[in-house]
Amino acid sequence: MDPQPEPTSYICGDCGAENTLKPGDVIQCRECGYRILYKKRTRRVVQYEAR
Amino acid sequence: MPKVSALDMPDVPKGKLPEHLEVQRTRVVCNADAPIHTEPFHYSGAFALMGVDNSVTLESFCKNLKIEVIELTEDTMEFDMIGIDASLANAFRRILIAEVPTMAIENVLMVNNTSVIPDEVLAHRLGLIPLNADPKLFEYLSEHDTPNERNTIVFKLAVSCKKGSPRLTVKSDQLKWLPGGSELEMESPTPSAKPRTYTSFSRSQDSMPEFANKPLGVKHQDIIIDKLGPGQAIELEAHAVKGIGKVHAKWSPVATAWYRMLPEVILLKEIKGVDAEKLVKKCPVNVFDIEDVGKGEKKAVVANPRACTLCRECIRGVNEPQVELRRAKDHFIFKIESAGAIPPEVLFTDAVKILEEKCDRVICELS
Repeated sequence: MDPQPEPTSYICGDCGAENTLKPGDVIQCRECGYRILYKKRTRRVVQYEAR
Repeated sequence: MPKVSALDMPDVPKGKLPEHLEVQRTRVVCNADAPIHTEPFHYSGAFALMGVDNSVTLESFCKNLKIEVIELTEDTMEFDMIGIDASLANAFRRILIAEVPTMAIENVLMVNNTSVIPDEVLAHRLGLIPLNADPKLFEYLSEHDTPNERNTIVFKLAVSCKKGSPRLTVKSDQLKWLPGGSELEMESPTPSAKPRTYTSFSRSQDSMPEFANKPLGVKHQDIIIDKLGPGQAIELEAHAVKGIGKVHAKWSPVATAWYRMLPEVILLKEIKGVDAEKLVKKCPVNVFDIEDVGKGEKKAVVANPRACTLCRECIRGVNEPQVELRRAKDHFIFKIESAGAIPPEVLFTDAVKILEEKCDRVICELS
């Protein structure tokens, strides 16, 4: 297990604001109270063939 | 009257074909229903009985071949290729479309793309952008090669649209050339190892003499790649390599290259008065014109046969033929539209060189 659970950021499904959540937090946007949050895309490189 | 052999007609001089055969040999006649005499006569002895030599020697070909440039602009060229067989003209056309190399984006390394266009569609769009880079200065990147400064051009695209700002249009000029190669680090299994990037350039491309005063970039600055809404962003690297149109159309150096045979329009009889005016009106590209012959009489003449598109409107629905449409079998009006870095006249000479190489290879195989 990870020694320190890192806070991850999420995007609000309604207002688009960025939220950082830790394990155990309530899943709710801090700006507008909307309860659907989306995970952000990772910055891992994906390689595509331009065809 | 003494009987004369059909092959020994006194009014036809030996060594020359009678007129109707000469037309069959050198022209395609376009009738209202279909063209006839479309096949060329390749056999050297096709007219041997009449004492006519139909062979083509290298000397006669060199003597009869003529190229006349009609129009030449930055990226289009029209020229007449006279005294050549259709098979050769078609070989040049096919080589131009499929076998003259160019540079095009082949690999896209996507770091972030939150735009409405999916990653793979965006990558495909990037591949189709014409690049202003001379392919002769690059080598092909084969499967087991590592990308280096001799075979790869790296571009970077990093744009984002701030929240609250209006929609942003991403255009091709936002692709930035990275002369030092890729800036993205590869993930390595051993974290202690020195991080490697996706290319291994031994030196920067802008220190190379061929690119020092001519930076590499895109041919057209205003190609729309994508549109970003507020909060959306694109970050990617695009790697361009050398290739040919046979592999993928994005490497084709021409928008298109095509030819048509020289049209020939013949009036079979004198067309006068109302009939002449009718004929002039029938032609949508104004091949015919009216000439005054005096005393208020008018007659139709063929003023501009080159414009004929072979719509056959002038021979449609006529009981007695007035006009004959023909095409010269050995006269090609060739048009090349360049799509990218190479001007059309250079493209054609490149195509000739490629055909020459192919012939060399065949001769090598046979000897």
